[in-house]
Amino acid sequence: MGKVNRQKKRAGPVRGGFITTRLNSMIGWGRKYSLFQYPFITACCGMEYMSVACAHYDLDRFGMGWTRFSPRQADMLLVVGTITQKEAPVLKTVYDQMTEPKWVVAFGACAVSGGIYDNYAVVQGIDNIIPVDVYIPGCPPRPETILDALIKLQQKVQKEGHEWRWGKKK
Amino acid sequence: MAMGQEKVIEDLKNKFPEKIKDVSVRFGDDIVIIDRDSLLDIVKFLKEKPHDFAMLLDLTCVDYSGQKDRFEMVYHLFSLSSNLRLRIKTRLSGKDPSIDSLTSVWKNANWLEREVYDMFGVRFEGHPYLRRLFMYDGFEGHPLRKDYPLRKRQPRIPMRKEE
Amino acid sequence: MTFRVQEEARKESLLVNMGPSHPAMHGTTRIMLELDGEKIINCELEMGYLHRGFEKICEHKTYFNLLPYTDRLNYVSPLINNCGYVMTMEKMLGIEVPERAQYIRVIMCELSRICDHLTALAAMAMECGAFTVFLYKMKAREFIWDVMEQTTGVRMTTSYIRIGGVRADLHPNWRETTKIAIDETRKVLKDISGLLDKNKIFLNRTRDVAVVSPELAISYGWTGPCLRSTGIYYDVRKAHPYLVYDKLDFEVPLGERGDNFDRYMVRMKEMEQSLRIVEQCLKKIPEPSSPSALMAEGIEPAEAIKKSRSKRVEGKIKLSPNLEGSEKEKYKGIISDSKGSIIPPKEDTYTNIEGLINHFKFFMKGHGIRPPKGEVYFSVEGGSGELGYYIVSDGTDKPYRLHLRAPCFHIVSSLEEIIRGHYVADVIPTFGSMNMIGGELDR
Repeated sequence: MGKVNRQKKRAGPVRGGFITTRLNSMIGWGRKYSLFQYPFITACCGMEYMSVACAHYDLDRFGMGWTRFSPRQADMLLVVGTITQKEAPVLKTVYDQMTEPKWVVAFGACAVSGGIYDNYAVVQGIDNIIPVDVYIPGCPPRPETILDALIKLQQKVQKEGHEWRWGKKK
Repeated sequence: MAMGQEKVIEDLKNKFPEKIKDVSVRFGDDIVIIDRDSLLDIVKFLKEKPHDFAMLLDLTCVDYSGQKDRFEMVYHLFSLSSNLRLRIKTRLSGKDPSIDSLTSVWKNANWLEREVYDMFGVRFEGHPYLRRLFMYDGFEGHPLRKDYPLRKRQPRIPMRKEE
Repeated sequence: MTFRVQEEARKESLLVNMGPSHPAMHGTTRIMLELDGEKIINCELEMGYLHRGFEKICEHKTYFNLLPYTDRLNYVSPLINNCGYVMTMEKMLGIEVPERAQYIRVIMCELSRICDHLTALAAMAMECGAFTVFLYKMKAREFIWDVMEQTTGVRMTTSYIRIGGVRADLHPNWRETTKIAIDETRKVLKDISGLLDKNKIFLNRTRDVAVVSPELAISYGWTGPCLRSTGIYYDVRKAHPYLVYDKLDFEVPLGERGDNFDRYMVRMKEMEQSLRIVEQCLKKIPEPSSPSALMAEGIEPAEAIKKSRSKRVEGKIKLSPNLEGSEKEKYKGIISDSKGSIIPPKEDTYTNIEGLINHFKFFMKGHGIRPPKGEVYFSVEGGSGELGYYIVSDGTDKPYRLHLRAPCFHIVSSLEEIIRGHYVADVIPTFGSMNMIGGELDR
């Protein structure tokens, strides 16, 4: 009786056998090194995005070199710049059109919380519209900050559980 | 006032004696305040040679809320050949403000007047397509008026969480 | 609500939407086209997707507080917007700027202009398919941003140019960094000329496409490189010289036909002229009022404040590294001495009561910069044309109305007429050559 209780109470990393944990890591490894990004660029942060993507601070060495300008082919939505009330339905439509698995990165102070624009026209943070995985502050953020945030996203992708794939169907 | 500028003001005063309300200089810029109904005539006169104010640099509006004639339209004209700038102002009443459109004289007046209509609510008679430019259809009110609060948001889609 | 294009469309034509989130839309604009096969019959442009309420928010901030908002207008050439706003305020307040500060402003403005043209042409070329051009130009831009970062501390949105002068003096190593930037930019420009100038594909896409006559350009209020590409000689730096442009020797390139290729060529030649201006400033700039100070010397601020209670403090005070370049000895060269409009030097703020009161009165609500009542208009040559500020002041510390004359607003408003009769594929280089910047267009 006591032994069963103790086993149930122990929370921890993804439970399962040796093979399923190895499969989880492999899927995570494959996903994190081949993220196809959709840069939804609106404003000034686009300039910093352009310099991160180019030769000086290369994004390609992290596996994110391919920008797919179609939501159907992308799995990471990078919201760069201010989102206004007029643009909000467009962002929601693009997010809905993306297929699972998908991750969202809020790039820049305006996307995180509305930035310096607290007025009638600007959405105060895109998490009012769509769920966000990584927030990058800065106005505009330095390229090193962006690379750090993308590596954190990669760690998050690696750790995702896939139990629903091989759990017993009830 | 520069030499060329004086001549322009003189000619204006001779041609439209009772329509020019005031002429002044402020911080080095020349300002002419005119009557609302004579805008189109004066502007067409200035555009022709010899004055040749061929370019409309800017068109905007200021809201002096609390005063009798609440809106003031401001036009900046520029002459390339004589390198002169001129500012023309005219007052509009606060209740249902409207004025002649300049789209028949200059083509960029089209979008500039749409912007003023969107932000202030001034109607332009004769404009081919008077419709909001910056804000979306369905937005109520005119944001740059002094009585529109800064933070009054009108979201287009429902927000996920309360502010 | 239906759009004009929808109402005027014929039954048999196709309506295509190049939506707000599109790689070639430079941010967010929406172009709706009515097509007959590939030919464009009618076109409508919807903008306003980046309207951030700049003019409204400026009415609620003090004159000094709204400086960061001006940076984010034309974000590819941020220091020029700063300069325009600050010079409008100086015209209103009647402040004289020291000569060294004027030269520094010219250097920063010209470097920003080079960044603007590099980014515009890089985007235009990338959308036509020339991806290498984009990568080369971004490399050159990094070197220019290195120069700006060394002096101002930030790569892009700097708020460096202040009312009365500039925030801090140039970095001690600025000459070497600037020389490297100039050399790298020249190399890149030479490479790009070799890649694009005689390239058959690029010429087919841009030569004789979207030709604009001078009369049409003036009627639409075009200014800047787009107007000069039609053959009209109008540059604000030559027509109404400001800062020290009348002492510098530079040419203003003109185009002949007013097509896309001319707009590209005018920008390439202007970049070379801007590099010439920066080189002349390197030689002509007056010496700083004191040699570069070392931040590590001097007594700590807390100790200086304690000492100043009994008598006036002599000698240097060790300021924080953030304030490098704005020590008291440098102030004479970089900022004017009009009391109410500048932040007093930190040494004064720490040690004597006049400095403390000036600092307090500058930042306190209700005090600070309060220009006389009236209105003023001033314009500078921005990256896309004449960038003008119209400020109405009512005597308080906040502007009553601030309006921006955005150059690309007038240029983009003409797209609907110019593109009629061309093909869908011509929209991309035409829109790219107009250099639409969302922050300036939508404010």
